[in-house]
Amino acid sequence: MVVYLAAFYAYPLYRNVDLSVRHYTVRSFVQGDAPFSGLDNYREVFDDPTFGPALGHTALFTVASLVFQFAAGLALAVFFNRHFRLSATLRALFLVPWLLPLIVSASTWSWMLNSDSGIVNAALSMFGVGPVNWLTSPDWSLVSVIIANVWIGIPFNLVVLYSGLQAIPGELYEAAALDGATGWQQFWRMTFPLLRPVSAITLLLGLVYTLKVFDIIWIMTRGGPVDSSTTFATWSYRLGFGNLVPQFGRGAAVGNLLILLAMALSLLYIRTQRKQRRP
Amino acid sequence: MNRWTSRWRTLLGLLFTAVMLFPGYWMVNVSLTRDHDMRRQPPMLFPVDPTFDGYRAVLKQQLPYLGTSLLIGLGTVALTIVLAAPAGYALAKLRPRGGGLLSFVLLAAQMIPGIIMAMGFYAIYLNLGLLNAWPGLILADSTIAVPFAVLVFAAFMSGIPEDLLQAAYTDGAGTLRTFWSIVLPISRNAIVTVSLFAFLWAWSDFVFASTLDSGGRLRPITLGIYQYIGNNNQQWNAIMATAVVASIPAAVMLVVAQRYVTAGVTTGAIKD
Repeated sequence: MVVYLAAFYAYPLYRNVDLSVRHYTVRSFVQGDAPFSGLDNYREVFDDPTFGPALGHTALFTVASLVFQFAAGLALAVFFNRHFRLSATLRALFLVPWLLPLIVSASTWSWMLNSDSGIVNAALSMFGVGPVNWLTSPDWSLVSVIIANVWIGIPFNLVVLYSGLQAIPGELYEAAALDGATGWQQFWRMTFPLLRPVSAITLLLGLVYTLKVFDIIWIMTRGGPVDSSTTFATWSYRLGFGNLVPQFGRGAAVGNLLILLAMALSLLYIRTQRKQRRP
Repeated sequence: MNRWTSRWRTLLGLLFTAVMLFPGYWMVNVSLTRDHDMRRQPPMLFPVDPTFDGYRAVLKQQLPYLGTSLLIGLGTVALTIVLAAPAGYALAKLRPRGGGLLSFVLLAAQMIPGIIMAMGFYAIYLNLGLLNAWPGLILADSTIAVPFAVLVFAAFMSGIPEDLLQAAYTDGAGTLRTFWSIVLPISRNAIVTVSLFAFLWAWSDFVFASTLDSGGRLRPITLGIYQYIGNNNQQWNAIMATAVVASIPAAVMLVVAQRYVTAGVTTGAIKD
């Protein structure tokens, strides 16, 4: 029994230690052979002119993606919560954007948003809106990647929030309807508060996933033009692998800042949630 | 709810779904569009004059990449299950010391951005000579799925009745034997869910592929698409045809195994 415990309990633990060792080796690989440089990498990163914009873009990208994904996911979940013909099939089809490989979604969106031949600009021109340089203008590149990311994120929000809605007993709504509550009142006074724990988890996971987003931005814009859609994730990649001379130390430093940011935000979030739950 | 509102809901639902799935349709449409129609204004909404040039290009150039992706996907599934099923069982039933902490660590592990892991792996593989090789990619891709898989297995196996395991022990089966002949067969659903996600994630992976396998001959399909975008900007039908082919596993999952998918999404999120 002890042997078994050691083998099957220590094994995943070993994996985790292994992972943490691997993180360590990022730095030891770069700094081990090179002279020890302490926090120099971090200092360089902070002083880099890209730092401010990257931080801002990361924040904007994350907040905007979360808000729109969650709002759309919740609205659709409420919509699908009533059974109607085809509702199950349609709900399943909504999973498609989430299941597609990110590179597929990203390349499809980049063609759809193409300035000259994209379907989006063609549709806009029917309403007399001039061509928007979605991916090539610094004003729009961040908006474009947010649109694509929201599209990918809606299914996850929908599925999780829907399962949360299903857990709310139907009698509650019947009672509320008897008391004369309108649909809108039912939603804000009952559904929304009762859904709060599930919403919290959804947003927390969404936050963690969104901070990590790299593929979509890199494939659609490479963080450009002129860093206008650079986030910490793409910046880290560019430092580490995007240049002819890799700057692993600084790339890893940016990446570690991203982890710290994710952990700090989730801890903060969990704490405020706990406080709210206490009467 | 009367019949009319139900009909309206169906109609509205169809509309929402159509909007949501439009990019998928567009991908298929563009993959069938001829080169000289590609820049037409306004774009053609239906493949009136479909061409299969794009798919021909896929067959000619991308077939080995698809094979690599398949190999990596299957390898990742095998490795993930071998690692995660016993770990999940231990967490759920054997109640090891520090189990709660371990669950927390597994959750936290999912927060680590892939790009950080990629840099770590790059450094290690450089020393081990595992760069540009498929075993390295399998190892790296499994780290995406293992934490999730352990949590799914733990959630599922904690629902196995204790009496059943006790009965097995009374009959003289050891822990290992019980695990192999009782727990694993019961956990079939969890195994399917985990396999599907592990395969899909490995198949879709781009970060690890682009960092750990940039020079090798055996490249996965995601890199195939990426290079297409980089090299020939003009052949969008070939790019989109590759994208369509790369989406096949996702489509299969949706059609064949939809309930496992939903189960996976919700266990990952709801279970604490």
